[in-house]
Amino acid sequence: MPSHLHDLEAESIHILREVAAQFTRPVLLYSIGKDSTVLLHLAIKAFAPARLPFALLHVDTGWKFREMIAFRDDMARRLGLDLIVYTNADGVRDGVGPLTHGSEIHTDVMKTQALRQALDIHSIDAAIGGARRDEEKSRAKERIFSHRSAGHRWDAKAQRPELWNIYNGRIGPGESMRVFPLSNWTEIDVWEYIACEDIAVVPLYFAKLRPIVERQGALIMVDDARFVLQQGETVRQRLVRFRTLGCYPLTGAILSAAGSVADIVAELYTSRSSERQGRLIDGDRTGSMEAKKEEGYF
Amino acid sequence: MGVDPEADASGIARPGQTGGLDAAPGGVLRFLTCGSVDDGKSTLIGRLIHDCGGIPYDAVVALAEDSRKFGTTGGGLDYALLLDGLTAEREQGITIDVAYRYFATTRRKFIVADAPGHEQYTRNMVTAASHCDAAIVLIDARKGILRQTRRHSSIVRLLGIRHVVIAINKMDLVGYDQPVFDRIAADYRALAARSDLADISIVPISAVTGANLTASAIEMPWYRGPSILQILESIDLHNDDLAKPFQLPIQIVIRPDQGFRGYAGTIAGGTLAEGDRVSVLPSGVQTTIASIGGTDGPCQSAEAGDAVIVTLTDEIDVGRGSILSSPDAAPEMSDQFAADIVWFSNQPLLRGRPYLLQMGVQSCIAQIGDIKHVIDTETFEPRSAKSIAINAIARCNLATSKPLAIEPYTTSRELGGFILIDRTTNETAGAGMIAYSLRRSQNVHWLGLGVSKEQRALLKGQKACCLWLTGLSGSGKSTIAVALDKRLHGLGHHTCVLDGDNVRLGLNRDLGFTDADRVENIRRVAEVGRLMVDAGLIVIVSFISPFQAERQLARERFAPGEFLEIYVDTPLQICEHRDPKGLYKKVRAGLIQNFTGISSPYEPPQAPDLRLAGGESTADALVETVTEELLRRQIIPS
Repeated sequence: MPSHLHDLEAESIHILREVAAQFTRPVLLYSIGKDSTVLLHLAIKAFAPARLPFALLHVDTGWKFREMIAFRDDMARRLGLDLIVYTNADGVRDGVGPLTHGSEIHTDVMKTQALRQALDIHSIDAAIGGARRDEEKSRAKERIFSHRSAGHRWDAKAQRPELWNIYNGRIGPGESMRVFPLSNWTEIDVWEYIACEDIAVVPLYFAKLRPIVERQGALIMVDDARFVLQQGETVRQRLVRFRTLGCYPLTGAILSAAGSVADIVAELYTSRSSERQGRLIDGDRTGSMEAKKEEGYF
Repeated sequence: MGVDPEADASGIARPGQTGGLDAAPGGVLRFLTCGSVDDGKSTLIGRLIHDCGGIPYDAVVALAEDSRKFGTTGGGLDYALLLDGLTAEREQGITIDVAYRYFATTRRKFIVADAPGHEQYTRNMVTAASHCDAAIVLIDARKGILRQTRRHSSIVRLLGIRHVVIAINKMDLVGYDQPVFDRIAADYRALAARSDLADISIVPISAVTGANLTASAIEMPWYRGPSILQILESIDLHNDDLAKPFQLPIQIVIRPDQGFRGYAGTIAGGTLAEGDRVSVLPSGVQTTIASIGGTDGPCQSAEAGDAVIVTLTDEIDVGRGSILSSPDAAPEMSDQFAADIVWFSNQPLLRGRPYLLQMGVQSCIAQIGDIKHVIDTETFEPRSAKSIAINAIARCNLATSKPLAIEPYTTSRELGGFILIDRTTNETAGAGMIAYSLRRSQNVHWLGLGVSKEQRALLKGQKACCLWLTGLSGSGKSTIAVALDKRLHGLGHHTCVLDGDNVRLGLNRDLGFTDADRVENIRRVAEVGRLMVDAGLIVIVSFISPFQAERQLARERFAPGEFLEIYVDTPLQICEHRDPKGLYKKVRAGLIQNFTGISSPYEPPQAPDLRLAGGESTADALVETVTEELLRRQIIPS
């Protein structure tokens, strides 16, 4: 393994062990994407030969790609993991979805509020996530141990200084911590690590002919019958892959022929677009990720 | 800046050039940038990343939009906006927090810690520096060395960063003039010699035009040295930790079943092989490494930087906070040491106040014994001080509640760098770097007393304890204390009252009413109270004691159940109305400063052992309440 991946791996394992040592009810937020998959792989290494000392939590919005859900369930069964799947029942009752309510309301109700509910119900004191600092500008400033006040709010201006490899995990009643062991990884690091360690990821990352509609400049895959075509839209089979995975109506594919991990690494070295470019929820307004994070979004 | 591609000696990845798994043969270099508000720091980093192809196309489009909206470059790309990620920062045009940025060339990967330069953000710069191997210090060519430059250089030295690149920026604004550069470079070399900074390179640049950032600038043919990027690519990252004696701080014990007991941590120094003898701190017991588990399963050996799980041949006491070390070079165990403290909190650091100290896996309670001096970050000259304000740096003596395995920070970041946590708010209030141990803890023994306090109290027919009455001035503490003293005495108990005013007239007559003196006031009273409890007495303390942290400090002087915090909860209006000593009148007339409840805070107890409603009941009734509580707790027999 190249030295930079070895160092990143050691740093992440160190962080994961600190979480297990400092908190009583941590949970690993598993979003099924490549970053959480790498995170899970690292967590299993950190505590082997013991079982993972925490459960996995997937906040299911009901709009994930079907292949993601199949991958999730297969993985949990194969590895014998303790998987909690949580969906915001209020949102389901009110029929909230991205196609009817728009990306902002859907994300708020089915992701942000759902996550907060799940963390409260299970009395979680530390939620471990796969976010990386190179993804977005406001994430570049977030701590590895990122404090949340009661109500899960992030105060960007009152973050604890974080020095050396010392992590202050102390929290008061009702407060919690979000922990980001992959903070210092870049997108290419993640893929190179997946290649080195031969880690299985959701097939949606690899190029394939898929049923695609072009909407607002994004290439949206028609994954089920809930997707209603608007006037003038047609479904075409196109050779695409996904660079990030989320709710299928909100996640744009990219035109690509990269059919293997090696192809993806090569593609990234020549790519001129950023990773979250396909995410419709980020683009609403400048500073929108920061605003979402203050509300408790991951 | 026209550049001949053949002359471009840096490893910038060109479009179409594919990397592979050997993409970063030079490892990862973590560096920080230091500069004042207009030195062009964010521009330098933004430009460096852009020129290395690290800015995605859609981000350049977003940047163009941001540049029109917030930019200061008249519509051109304002690279600083790439880094100032928080909305408040974009609007104010300053960097208020540390941002981490990532880019790579074919030679090496880079993590940039972009820290703010203003004096009020010293803490952010210190935080960034703690993660870095190298630093770029920016100097504005028009201004030369400023006090900020000296401050940044001091902090870089303090945090032990060995590779320093001095970027003399804005050369375009001085006509790329060599004498300007030479003069500033000579000034800096003189400064560096005085403050023994090690590996220094000085480069003339223009962050705006990109001159000497990634390749040689034709505008400055007189400069024949390497560009900023070439220097960063060639810094030697040889891992000095490998040559150190073996050290493994234990983070967590891994016990999947009865048959396996593994100790997990990241090796801080040296190398380790199966069968090695190791010494376990703090006990000093020696044992042998039975097996090593690396990230890819069992292995024969491991080295500094590896995350491992080891098993031992003997069943001995090892847990979080233990340090496995080479038996012939074990770190020193000490509970008193001198350290340089950088303060982060708005609440000043006070002598005597206890903080939680966290140093890697080790943690304990620590108190600042002496503030030897505050360090002037421009001149490094010492100044005397009683407390340490936010962003100040001071050399202090610390005492810890238990011995720690320590090393000087210059030898080990893992066993020499620590943080101090405020125990009330849990914020990270400061950071420290150990200079040297003041005494070896092996020499410290409590004088064993022949007769125990239990035996003494038994003779008196009571359980010794400390009844700590806290509340506002005029709340009725002294009245209750005196009445309670009489009542217990009447019941045949041995008591003593320590009253705030009386103690201030004698033992504490040297103390005033600043926060630092209030802390010391409480510390002394708590110590006196404890000696009296050791003598078997029921001690009644009547002290305003406004701060939660000091009452906590007092509580920790005593064994569990021996300290009762009694909150005399009388509303401020009633206290002011009573005004038994006429103090509130003087406060309102502006004759007294720092008066608790008016101009100085009172932090009410969150969970007192007993609460007395001072505004509602008579002193006699409240004394009865306390007496019943003492009976209930079997402090006095029924």
